[in-house]
Amino acid sequence: MTYNLIQSSQPPVKNRGFLNWLLSNLFSTPANSALTLLSLLFLYWVLPPFFQWAIIDANFIGSDKSACTRDGACWVFVIQKIDFFIYGFYPDEAHWRVNLSFVLFFVFGFLFRFLPVNFIYKILVFMLYPIITYFLISGGSFGLDVVDTDKWGGLTLTLIVASIGIVAAIPFGIVLAFGRKSKLPIIKNLSVIYIEFIRGVPLISILFMASVILPLFFPEGMNFDKLLRALIGITMFQVAYIAEVIRGGMQAIPTGQYEAADSLGLSYWQKMLLIILPQALKVAIPNLIGASIALFKDTTLVLIIGLFDLLAMVHLTGTDNNWLGFDTEGYVFVTFVFWAFCFSLSKYGKFLEVKYNTDYR
Amino acid sequence: MKKISILALMMVFGVVANADTLENVKKQGFMKCGVSTGLTGFAEMGADKKWTGLDVDTCRAVAAAVFGDINKVKIVPLTAKERFTALQSGEIDMLARNTTWTQSRDTSLGVNFAGVNYYDGQGFLVSKKSGIKGAKELDGASVCITAGTTTEMNLADYFKTNNMKYKPISYDTADQVQKGFEAGRCDLITSDASQLYSLRTKMKDPSAYFVLPEIISKEPLGPVVRQGDDVWFNIVKWSLNALVTAEEFGVTQKNVDSLAKSSKNPEIRRLLGVEGKMGENLKLDAKWAYNIIKQIGNYGESFERNVGKGSLLKIGRGVNALWSKGGILYSPPFR
Amino acid sequence: MFELLNSRKFRNIASQVITLLVVVLFLSYITNNVFNNIEQRGITTGFGFFNQNASFGIAESAIEYNDTTSTYFTAFLVGLINTLIVSFAGIFFASIIGLIVGIARLSKNYIIAKLSGFYIELFRNIPILLQILFWYNVVLAALPSPKQSISLAGDIFLNNRGFYIPRPIFESGFLFVLIAIILSIVLIYFINRFANKKFDNTGKETPVLLIGFAIIIILPLLTYFISGSPLSFEIPALKGFNYVGGLNYSPEFLALTFALSIYTATYIAEAIRSGIEAVAKGQKEAAKSLGLSPYKSLKIVILPQAIRIAIPPIINQYLNLVKNSSLATAIGYPELFTVFAGTALTQTGQAIEIIFITMLVYLFISLSISLVLNIVNKKLKVKGR
Repeated sequence: MTYNLIQSSQPPVKNRGFLNWLLSNLFSTPANSALTLLSLLFLYWVLPPFFQWAIIDANFIGSDKSACTRDGACWVFVIQKIDFFIYGFYPDEAHWRVNLSFVLFFVFGFLFRFLPVNFIYKILVFMLYPIITYFLISGGSFGLDVVDTDKWGGLTLTLIVASIGIVAAIPFGIVLAFGRKSKLPIIKNLSVIYIEFIRGVPLISILFMASVILPLFFPEGMNFDKLLRALIGITMFQVAYIAEVIRGGMQAIPTGQYEAADSLGLSYWQKMLLIILPQALKVAIPNLIGASIALFKDTTLVLIIGLFDLLAMVHLTGTDNNWLGFDTEGYVFVTFVFWAFCFSLSKYGKFLEVKYNTDYR
Repeated sequence: MKKISILALMMVFGVVANADTLENVKKQGFMKCGVSTGLTGFAEMGADKKWTGLDVDTCRAVAAAVFGDINKVKIVPLTAKERFTALQSGEIDMLARNTTWTQSRDTSLGVNFAGVNYYDGQGFLVSKKSGIKGAKELDGASVCITAGTTTEMNLADYFKTNNMKYKPISYDTADQVQKGFEAGRCDLITSDASQLYSLRTKMKDPSAYFVLPEIISKEPLGPVVRQGDDVWFNIVKWSLNALVTAEEFGVTQKNVDSLAKSSKNPEIRRLLGVEGKMGENLKLDAKWAYNIIKQIGNYGESFERNVGKGSLLKIGRGVNALWSKGGILYSPPFR
Repeated sequence: MFELLNSRKFRNIASQVITLLVVVLFLSYITNNVFNNIEQRGITTGFGFFNQNASFGIAESAIEYNDTTSTYFTAFLVGLINTLIVSFAGIFFASIIGLIVGIARLSKNYIIAKLSGFYIELFRNIPILLQILFWYNVVLAALPSPKQSISLAGDIFLNNRGFYIPRPIFESGFLFVLIAIILSIVLIYFINRFANKKFDNTGKETPVLLIGFAIIIILPLLTYFISGSPLSFEIPALKGFNYVGGLNYSPEFLALTFALSIYTATYIAEAIRSGIEAVAKGQKEAAKSLGLSPYKSLKIVILPQAIRIAIPPIINQYLNLVKNSSLATAIGYPELFTVFAGTALTQTGQAIEIIFITMLVYLFISLSISLVLNIVNKKLKVKGR
């Protein structure tokens, strides 16, 4: 008796490769097939016209309106106005100051990451950054000309407002979160009232308050710059949200940690600052990033109180007599910028979430 | 308790209340003037990043009177909502934001109107295509309008008295008004006529639109100061008058130097500080008005440069001509 | 002395007293300043303006509003009602879109899943204000003028003045139809209960959905014809500048509702998705091993549990939607912020009172929604575990 080893054959065509993938993923049931076809139809209806408009028929080269054929998008508008979009009304000859601050951000980021010193020192070094940037951008010392805040605008202003709001809110947010978790009734209730009040009203009403009635809260002669008022409003707003995020982080810390700290005889502040807060912050990182993205998007609201952020600059350049009728290009450009920032931030948040994931469960 | 608390906080914040605007402004080295966030002809930041416009010139005139330098002014762009609180709180020292002088504003907001730098009236902007010839044909129309202005109320009154119906589409900014109108959201825009001309220059095809002949209201626009500081009030008022008087006596940017030297006309001599105590009475330098005219020109020059023939708007002088030339512009004498 | 400082009780009390003192001092400092400033500058105060004539026009109002005789209080109500209307519409559409997209995101169909993911990542990363302005300005410009309206299905029109549909006019006989509708709903409720009981006892299913549809359509329709067709329609018609008559949804309303729904739906979809993913795997496997079809297992096993997890974040999103509706002020939809904190504020110049009231109204709405959330949370708590 002989055994003939049969050559192993490939699975049937239906069960392998691309066809299998198609069949099991896209055309598994009649309903599924219908959905697939519908979505393909939708894509066909949306994508080709968009690419036709945005790339194939678009104009990229030129220096004025005559370069636009109007068959598709005219990116010449965006290219010509890019300085306005980035720097607002910031004087041309001082653009390097803004550029330098951008560069410095990465330099300090690099230092923060790789400087071989204690964490506390790192933070101290990094604290230099906002100070240097402030002197760079507003001028008035070291031989730099003063640039008034009404000239700040565009993406620069958006980034300034967003970063100050995000950074300034964190320490206050931590304090408020402690307050809300406190066992002392008065402190706890005051914190709760503040947080719930701010979270219950729209940001725009806080901005209105900051821009219109904040000046009446202080005696005559004591004035805040318009931008500063907006920043106060935005920070007041963000603090409440950050406090809730950090409180969420603190709630995720097992009671064992609190009890262990107590049993070691640590004082309240030692316990909170050395044991609970570092862990809570780590747990809260994804949500902190989420809150930062939300604030970044919300900075567009300053346009309603008359500051010229990126969106407002696009609005404004749309009424330039030499460039009438390019709103759509402008909107698409801002959309892209905001989307790129928010999307990369959210991906960064996901990355951190995985990196710092020390699951307790 | 309250007093102690205030004292404690005063110490913390180091605040000194002071109602003397001129003193403060001089100490600071510049004055702060509130203008519109962007209205062609009145206040607009140009491509060179400098503010220009009729309202901005009014601000600069006061700066020239106080400091002898039109650049010693910080222009603060304000939205319609902020303008009065900004003035009340001292964030700005004067407001020149195409603001209509009305009885209720003058009496209930704690501010004073220092004069009129542009006599305006509310009109209607329509497209030629619509075939509308007059304001009486507007029954049933949708009207685009800037929210929170006096025009909003005049509009309601006008349609009511003429027994017509309308639908108001009120936007926050003039920008959005123009966008909505061009997109066909409404049949017409109503606003101060000067603003209509300004908006028209922003349309894709300005010649396709025109302003109806009917003017339905009086809108005297002028600079505003805080109540209760008469010195400052006088400075603003008379800076404005100096501009007008200069035009009346033919003093221009070009001939002001030679007139200061050689003019025999006593009013010109008083205006330019060659004789009299005009400056001293205002607590200003004797050459205050000379400085204004030297650097800005007279009212007519400013007008033509910003909104008249020399500008995109091409508005005629109309009622804004001198009283001696068929208009209502009239300055009290410099005596 | 040191003993006192070391006593925990003393420190607790002292720190609270100091905090309270600082807060009170600060607040009194501010109120004192406000009153001083108001007095010094002769600014009018108080709530007297509520009884004054508003004398400005409002484009859309659900209640009687006359632009020359109505008071500021009426204008306030008009704005508030419009806020509620646009919020409800937004919540309704956002929920539907969010539910569909959230489920589709986990679909086995590659294209559908990717498309949903793309939609979520695109729209949640664009500021809502930008979206509102975009839909309003770009799409509005693309719509035709009233004279060239797009006519959809006869008497429905779309143009740059809005979306017009016929307005139903109910005559007295319509009461019977209304009764018929209520009757059929009650009937369906009992049929459903019966079917559930039958299912529990025998495992046999009744096509409740089909029967329900049949009842709710046939019964009222029958009554309608018997009572002599007591319903007519007011058809929008072009008259002068605009379409007159019918129901009109303005472009502002449409753009705002659309933008709010599209934006909020991305968050709701994510909430639903994480809800579904949080349902224990064993539940899905159990459903499968019981032989339930994918649709069935989704409907009666997974979704009921997923929704329970997803509801708190979804209600939070509803709250955000209500707050975001205030951005209508950028495109001029006459809701609370536009009418009251916008026009009324500049007309009266009484910023403090008006912003304060506006904040309180939103706060009240927010707290009400939170209250609902708490009640729902209690109801949804899984019992008996």
